[in-house]
This record gives sequence, structure tokens and C-alpha cells, in this order.
Amino acid sequence: MSEMSDKPEKTGRLSVFKTYKLYVGGKFPRSESGRVYEVTDPKGDWLANAPLSSRKDARDAVVAARKAFGAWSGATAYNRGQILYRVAEMLEGRREQFVREVAEAEGLSKSKAAAQVDAAIDRWVWYAGWTDKIAQVVGGGNPVAGPFFNLSSPEPTGVVAVLAPQESSFLGLVSVIAPVIATGNTAVVIASEKSPLPALSLGEVLATSDLPGGVVNVLSGRTAEIAAPLAAHMDVNAIDLAGADETLAKELEIAAADNLKRVLRPQPVDDADWSAAPGIDRMTAFLETKTVWHPTGSLGASGSSY
Amino acid sequence: MTMENAHATAAFEYAPAPESRSVVDIAPSYGLFIDGEFAEAADGKVFKTVSPSTEEVLSEVAQAGEADVDRAVRAARKAFGKWSALPGSERAKYLFRIARIIQERSRELAVLETLDNGKPIKETRDADLPLVAAHFFYYAGWADKLEHAGFGAAPRPLGVAGQVIPWNFPLLMLAWKIAPALATGNTVVLKPAETTPLSALFFADICRQAGLPKGVVNIVPGYGDAGAALVAHPDVNKVAFTGSTAVGKEIARTVAGTRKKLTLELGGKGANIVFDDAPIDQAVEGIVTGIFFNQGQVCCAGSRLLVQESVHDELLDALKRRLSTLRLGDPLDKNTDIGAINSAEQLARITALAEQGEAEGAERWSPACELPASGYWFAPTLFTNVTQAHTIARDEIFGPVLSVLTFRTPDEAVAKANNTPYGLSAGIWTEKGSRILAVANKLRAGVIWSNTFNKFDPTSPFGGYKESGFGREGGRHGLEAYLDV
Repeated sequence: MSEMSDKPEKTGRLSVFKTYKLYVGGKFPRSESGRVYEVTDPKGDWLANAPLSSRKDARDAVVAARKAFGAWSGATAYNRGQILYRVAEMLEGRREQFVREVAEAEGLSKSKAAAQVDAAIDRWVWYAGWTDKIAQVVGGGNPVAGPFFNLSSPEPTGVVAVLAPQESSFLGLVSVIAPVIATGNTAVVIASEKSPLPALSLGEVLATSDLPGGVVNVLSGRTAEIAAPLAAHMDVNAIDLAGADETLAKELEIAAADNLKRVLRPQPVDDADWSAAPGIDRMTAFLETKTVWHPTGSLGASGSSY
Repeated sequence: MTMENAHATAAFEYAPAPESRSVVDIAPSYGLFIDGEFAEAADGKVFKTVSPSTEEVLSEVAQAGEADVDRAVRAARKAFGKWSALPGSERAKYLFRIARIIQERSRELAVLETLDNGKPIKETRDADLPLVAAHFFYYAGWADKLEHAGFGAAPRPLGVAGQVIPWNFPLLMLAWKIAPALATGNTVVLKPAETTPLSALFFADICRQAGLPKGVVNIVPGYGDAGAALVAHPDVNKVAFTGSTAVGKEIARTVAGTRKKLTLELGGKGANIVFDDAPIDQAVEGIVTGIFFNQGQVCCAGSRLLVQESVHDELLDALKRRLSTLRLGDPLDKNTDIGAINSAEQLARITALAEQGEAEGAERWSPACELPASGYWFAPTLFTNVTQAHTIARDEIFGPVLSVLTFRTPDEAVAKANNTPYGLSAGIWTEKGSRILAVANKLRAGVIWSNTFNKFDPTSPFGGYKESGFGREGGRHGLEAYLDV
């Protein structure tokens, strides 16, 4: 595999390769198609064979995400925050693994890869803190001109298809997943096509972070092939096009119009490495606002004084 | 209902189910926690802290005086520069660590709090400690999001916060004070109450485990003189106090003419209003929670029951039946509903006010209830035939004593509920949503519970109108008290 993990000549021991698998519904299946594709580092050296997901894998992932939506969106914001923070804790413990995977995938020095992984861990912490605050920032009571109590609250939109950024295989990935699930959505994520391994390994972290199965589903393969059925899927509520090029983004946005998915177009990312502090737009893109009216009645003609 | 009937429904015997004390290791003595170190008081003074349920001495604690408070403020000032300059995301991670360590050690802290305070383990385990951890977790998340909180693009901390907290929820009040202060970049000197210093000193150890920089949190146990010295210290930028209205007014006078920012969370005489369409059994549970939670030693207690005349008898019958099933005794017993009163002094105050209630003509009732031989105990008590002029309808008793008044119309209920210098909490019991909102609109109180009572959450602002104090703790609003805005 890599020079860091495979040194039989020094230790006399042959390392064990990991079989990279999808993460769907809390389980680790291979692609139902039985296909894999070769993943290499930027120099062209073989890293692993990743599952080449099919349209059927995409549909299965949507079923899993939908099934998980009720409980996840119904969990308290505090509970979701605890779980996102647990993801950060688990990642911190597997930091070295991700530094190696990111360095290999993106051809980065160890220190640059480490900075990416550290920023990704901190990003989970940042979004863990948002779960129970976003409603206080984008919701609130409305002073309508009448005897009514009127309250607007954000709610998650549902199942979100996420095309992870192609270049930033881990920090970019975390930066698009965490805001989607922080607010109670569930996600079907298409990993970076050429660097899917950190995303597939993230599945292993999520599976051990008290995150219910199906909240995040990770697929690897050809982005265009997997994204097309997701964009057209009538049980997907929104799509994040971060990992789509201009042509693909337009095609998917057209397909997404069939059930009026909420579409987050590819955003110009200031630092291509996603290290800039995020705002709240990646959360609000996948929130609905629900406004509840209720009459306040009156206490009778005499009124009361205090 | 007669007393005899009450007895008939009371008697379920329960085998004791004591929580183990072995989970907590209380040292024979504790120092002040200043600049990351435990130290003796400058004058060497100490005081004893006892278990209110047995009068057993739990530990001997260094007693802070003016010199110690000064040293603590200096330590906090010294730590302020670096602490406030940390990126919010790094401050957040310290607070998340603290939240997680509190979760890990919550059983230990629950037993400790029950021993030092006298409240039932059921409450420390299921209410105090989960709320403490949640409060730190919530404000941890704000530390790197202050620009989103609505106080400007780059809100700044105030500096050194001097915080004085009461004995009724020692660790929870510490959390309410320290979590928002640290999240916003302030450093703190906190004085716990003299009858309940231990959980704050255990918290000092949690700060050590979390690797919190020295001087960011300083704990100075002591009496009122230490609190007064802290509030008056010229290098304190922010004063936060939870306690009695009388002391709150004294603090307001002390900080007058300075630039110190002040928030006060003081007494209350909460009205719990029950309309004739309320679900009676649910209301009874809420009334019991409202006044007997924490032995009524709660500033937002529903200490005045305002019941619509037409359901008075039915409600009182049900309430007395329910009170007869409350179990008073060993606070460490997991079955216990009513624990000990926190101190002999508080017990004397409750006793005197209850006697005054009788002397002024109100009708006193308590369920049959055997009080333990040692410790400080007061049976759940309710008074009927109470008028608004009675002392027990006006003064905060801060004990398990409920005053029952009646009303005929919603207007009358509102007028009576607001007829108090306090304005902390109120409850409304009715099946009619519009009535809840109409009445809530008219109540001059900071927290209104409808068809529930005594609910708390770190996301929800808490604080009073009128002489119940000013400023809010909890929620986005709670940040303001610690920001230069």
C-alpha cells in the first residue's frame, strides 16, 4: 500500500490491507453491482480498490436515509450535539490514520494533512455546538398585528443528497456533511471520485459514534453516475452540488426540479482547502421554516391592570 | 378529605434503597482554589460544612477573607489577557472537556451534592447534574459563535467576573455562572455558599483535569463578608449574584457609581394558577413539583396556589391525597421525595413563617409524616383560607410551604398573581390554549410554565421581573450579561 504502512523488508511482516466498503444504513456493504475501481495517489500508485456504486446502491441509500430521518430529526438538538461531538472524539482517537489517508489521497506532506484532519475534527465540534443554537439564530417570535402568538422555527428538510468536494477529500467532506445532519437531516453522500478512501473510513468513525445507522450514508464511485438517480429521486428533498462541475451541476439542478428539491449550487470556496471558518449558510440551505399561529384570546372587557 | 382518609391512602411501605456513598471521596479539609492551586486562607480561618440530613461534619473548608478575595481577583485578572485572546474555538474545547468530565463524574457529584445540600439523590441525579453538564455543553458551543449571537460582529468580554451563588442548587448555579462567563472570554472568581462549598471545590478539580489555564476559574468559599468583598473589589468588571432580594439590593447599592455590569437573580413568590378546566391530576403533580421540588428551596417555586373557586375542594382533596404519599427521609435513598432543609438557620426561618401563618388565621395542614431525629427537617405543609394580606402570601418562605388562595375570574387571577413585588415565575393550568397565552401576556414574571412547572433547559432564558432581579441566564440571552454590549 503506502510506504508508511507496508514495510515488509524492515519488519519482516506483511501488512493487512483494508477492504474499503460503502457505509449504508449503518452497515458496510460492498456495491450490489460487485464492481470496484482503482484508487491511486496523485503519483498514480495504487492505494486500494473502492466500491463502484450503482444506481441501485444510490436508491438503497435513500431508503436508509429516509428510514433514519424520523428518529434523527425527532431527537433533541442536545442529543444530536452530543453525538456530533462524539464524532470529534472518535476522530481524534484515529487522527493518525486519517492523516495518513489524507496525505496519500491528496499527495500532501504529513504536516499539511495533519492540519486538514485537525480542522476537520474542530469542524465537528463547531457544528456540534450549532444543533441547539441555530433555532435561536434563525427562528423566533413574530410580533404580528393581532391577538396571536406567532412563532417561527427551523425544521430539517429531509433527505439530502450531498456531492462531496472532489479536491478536499476529508476537510471538504466533513464541511458538507456536518451542517446537513446537525439540524436533523439525513444524508446520502457521494465521496470524492478520485479520493474516496477518507470518506469510506469516516463511515467507520460514524458507526462508532452513537450516530444512528442511516443518518449518513457514504457511496463511492463515479459522481455523475450516482448523482443522476439521486437528483431525480422523488424521495430526496435536497441536493448539495459541492462536488459537481458546472455542466453536471446544471444537469442535476434540472433533474432536481421534478420535486422541487432544495439545491445548494457549488460555492466558490475561498481556500480550496476549506480551512476558512464556515458561516451558517450550509445549515440554512437545508432548513424549512415553520410558523405556528395561535390566538391569545382576551381576558374580558374589563381588562386587568398590574 | 379528613386526616384519617389521608392516612388510609398513604401507607405504602418501601424498603430502603440507598445510593452508595463510596462513589465519592470527601477529603477532611479543602483549601481555597486560587490561580490553579489549593491554598489556605491568609488568616488561616476554616469553617465546617455539615450534612443537613444528619448534622455529620463532612469536611473543613478554608474560609476566604478580604485578602484572599483580593488574591483571587488578581489571579483572574492575570489570566484574563491570554484567556480572552484565545480563539473562541479553543475556549469552546475547554468547556466541552468540562462538560464531558462532569458527565463522567456525575454520579459522584450527585452523591456529593446530596450529602452537602440535603436534597434527594433522585433530584441531584436526574435534574441537577444532567442540567449542569448540559449547561456547559451549551455555552461551549457559543464560545466560537459569538458573532452570530446578535450582539455585534465581534463582541468583547468584560474582564473579571465576581460571582456569588446560593446553596439551593450549588453546582447548577455554578454552571449558570461560570459557563457563559468563560465562553465569552471572561475569567471568574466564584464564591459558593457557606453551607454548600464542596461541589464547587470538586469543580476546581474538574478544571484541573480539563487542563484549564490557571487563574481562569478561582473558587473562594466563605461567608457573606467574602461575597461583599468580591462584589466591592475595584478590579471586578462584572457582578453576578443569585440569592435573596435583600442582599441583591445591597449589592446594587455597592456597585452604584462604578462601571461594573450587574445581573441579579433574586427571590420569588410564584403564582401557580389552576383554572376550572385544568386536568386535575396533572395539575396536582405540577403543584407538588412547583412547591416541593428541592423542599421548596427554589427561587421560582410555585409557592402561591391560585385555584378557581369552583374546583377548590376537588383540587385540595386530590392534592392532600398526593401529599400523603410523598416520602420524606434519607436524601440518599432513591425512594425519597422530600429531603432535608439545608441549614438550621433556614429551618428556623421556615418554622417562624409557618407559625406566623397560623397566628394570622390561615389553616395549616400537613400529611402524617415522621421526621428523622437528627438533621433539619420540615414536613410538607399547606395553608388554606389564605388572603393576600397574610405574611405567608407575601413573603418568600423558601421552604416546603404552599399558600392556597382562590379566584373567580381570569382577571382576578392575574391581579392576584401580579400582586407581589416579585416577578420570577408563574404557572397556568387550563386546557384552553388561548387562555394560557392571554394570561401569560398579562403576568409580570420572567418565566411562565403552562401545564407544567419547574422546567429548566440551558437554551431557555431564566430571570425575573421587578424585585426578582434583572438580567437573564441561559439561552442566547444569557450571553449578554458577560459581553461588553
